[in-house]
Amino acid sequence: MSDIKIANTLDARNMSCPLPILKTKKAMMAIGIGEYLEILATDPGSEADFQAWTRSTGNELIEHSVDGSVYRYIIKRNK
Amino acid sequence: MVEKKKRLMIIASKGDIPGAYTPLILGSTAAAMDYEVSIFFTFFGLNMLKKNNLKKIKITPAGETAMPMPIPQIVGMLPGMTGMATMMMKSWMKKANVATLQELMDLSIEAGVKLIACQMTMDVMGFKRKDLIDECVVGGAATMLEFASEADINLYV
Repeated sequence: MSDIKIANTLDARNMSCPLPILKTKKAMMAIGIGEYLEILATDPGSEADFQAWTRSTGNELIEHSVDGSVYRYIIKRNK
Repeated sequence: MVEKKKRLMIIASKGDIPGAYTPLILGSTAAAMDYEVSIFFTFFGLNMLKKNNLKKIKITPAGETAMPMPIPQIVGMLPGMTGMATMMMKSWMKKANVATLQELMDLSIEAGVKLIACQMTMDVMGFKRKDLIDECVVGGAATMLEFASEADINLYV
């Protein structure tokens, strides 16, 4: 997805539940609506949690991938 | 049209480490999911609202049968065992990169979680308003129930 310009990257590696979500919420409020936030995490539970969080908040999980033990998420701020 | 926010109400009645984490984890996360959150601190849960007290919250191994301690259950009742179990639990949590209770409380407050101190418990325990953190409000059963009656999720911890 080369057309996506990441507004900010949140390093949530080595954080346990619920910190990746709490920090993501704060980081989302700091970017503009329509912008993209990239998140790096190592919490395996984050895979389910980021899907739940984006569904609940109306933001959009554009992509998620895993490289070794690092999960990478890109979320578009819709609200 | 203004979208109505979902609401979460938690009763925090326990004064040990697991009993303190549960309401703070769920409350702060729900706030991050745009919920309107209230936590009602009653009985031993009220200790969480005492100033400079979160780091003093402990776990007792007596009766905590699932806690992997290198001692027989009955020894957990001896003096010093609560301190030892607390130290062990905190070191496991640190190793697992779990936030401290203070971090979760700060994030909850920042996210607008409403903290309600039970007036009756204050009277029982002899706590004055000045003993509690400034960010809480004092209320009773009716305050809690009014919010709970409109809540989508009600939890008792």
